[in-house]
Amino acid sequence: MNNFPLNKIRDDFPILKSRINNHQLVYFDNAATTQKPQSVIDGISNYYKSYNANIHRGIHSLAEKATEEFEETRSLIKEFINASSENEIIFTRGTTEGINLISSSLSKFYFNEGDEIIISEMEHHSNIVPWQMIAKENKLNLKVINVSGDGEIDMDHFKSLISEKTKLVSIVYISNTLGTINPVKKIIEKCRENNILSVVDGAQSSAHKKIDVTDLNCDFYVFSAHKMYGPTGVGVVYGKEEILDKMPPYMGGGEMIKDVSFSNTSYNSLPYKFEAGTPNIGDVIGFKEAITYIKNIGIENIETYEISLKEYTEDALKKIDGIKVVGTAKDKVGIFSFTTEKVHYYDLGLLLDAKGIALRTGHHCTQPLMDKYSLDGTARLSLAIYNSTEEVDYFVESLSNLIKR
Amino acid sequence: MSTVQIQNDIIDDFKILDGDLEMTLNYLMELGESLNDLDEKYKIDDNLVKGCQSKVWLKCTKEDDKIYLEGDSNTAITKGLLSILIKIFNKKTPEEIADTNLFFISEIGLNRFIGTQRSNGLESMEKKIKLLALTL
Repeated sequence: MNNFPLNKIRDDFPILKSRINNHQLVYFDNAATTQKPQSVIDGISNYYKSYNANIHRGIHSLAEKATEEFEETRSLIKEFINASSENEIIFTRGTTEGINLISSSLSKFYFNEGDEIIISEMEHHSNIVPWQMIAKENKLNLKVINVSGDGEIDMDHFKSLISEKTKLVSIVYISNTLGTINPVKKIIEKCRENNILSVVDGAQSSAHKKIDVTDLNCDFYVFSAHKMYGPTGVGVVYGKEEILDKMPPYMGGGEMIKDVSFSNTSYNSLPYKFEAGTPNIGDVIGFKEAITYIKNIGIENIETYEISLKEYTEDALKKIDGIKVVGTAKDKVGIFSFTTEKVHYYDLGLLLDAKGIALRTGHHCTQPLMDKYSLDGTARLSLAIYNSTEEVDYFVESLSNLIKR
Repeated sequence: MSTVQIQNDIIDDFKILDGDLEMTLNYLMELGESLNDLDEKYKIDDNLVKGCQSKVWLKCTKEDDKIYLEGDSNTAITKGLLSILIKIFNKKTPEEIADTNLFFISEIGLNRFIGTQRSNGLESMEKKIKLLALTL
């Protein structure tokens, strides 16, 4: 932990200097969204100040510059997740839109009545509802992998769910509620053996782990910029080119076409086929700065630091009497959902806010998981690169005092 | 006492806290503790005020054209907010209740508790009380 440039990193995030309710801000709601470094804020602002223009079809200099920056982001993402081609990187509004794009497009040609889709009990609503919607429309069956009391995927149960009718598995890499890192590589291997398409929900993993889609060998990997120090309103669908090629467009409009007439329309090539309309240019450019920021620190360094901070937090939480951590998988990241015996999580959230500590309370968009554990919600602390052991200490002290009274 | 006078008293009580969030929350919890618990048999879905993160039950009866209110919540801060509303509206006529504008909320900086996004829905509680008062 010693060589990690924590002070420099903290200086890069202007919001961390804020005072909230007369206390120094302690931001522990990173699984909901991360804060943005100055370089990301400047990247967005520079686009609007210096070269705002619509991309791809303009022939003037501003359009050239905007297109270049936009497409450079795509190249950088391709490299960051080790995809084979820029054609495999599709910009969306976020993970939710990404999963909807995949489910909606596949539903038009890929499934037959009675086919099966497998998800797990720990999925975010975004990785449940889109599949439920197409299952209803196409008379498909949704099967759900059990999760253990510790918050781990039951791999034997997963294997037992696979049948000849299984056509797709969609699974979260890191649970936003439990912090569990799922064995997605093993799951994908099993999918490959059985000719099943695999989708990985990478919303929580992309800023905290090295992502290599070639090594994972998944068919789709979906993530959001705003959970990796980038702006809201931008996400990415990675898809293997051979599959994306076969898929029909998700939305119709400008940009996604080759030729349009009233009798027929032919579609543009990848990735533009899936990018109808003017994209979120400024924020995509901001995303480039976010990825550059992560790359400059080094994702391996980030992982190492965050593991040590997670272990520190884990130990600190164990010392507090009267709290119960939900999600104690062996392999997990710094996301800690917890409940306390005496204080309702809602009161806890407000009382900690009064101390300047931002964390999340509620069901975290994983109601089926809450039902499984007979909870209606938890308080959730989630860590990121700029968090420190001092902040954890302050949190533990504040929480202990609240519980004691 | 009129609902205006009661609200003015509440504003005076909160003034000492000087807008400090922590002290305000603690005071709200104290107010909540002083509100009698609602009998478990009344904690039914029909008495629930729809909110997101905390549960609020309201029991409303009418006698001699006056509305009698009881309530409870599973969270301490929300119970405190509820106790203030009960203090204002209890034993008032339906007309008085309908005509009351809750000006104390912004005066003592409780705006953050109004919106449905803030999940405890001070506004939902007010609406439910007014609706019940007029329909009982």
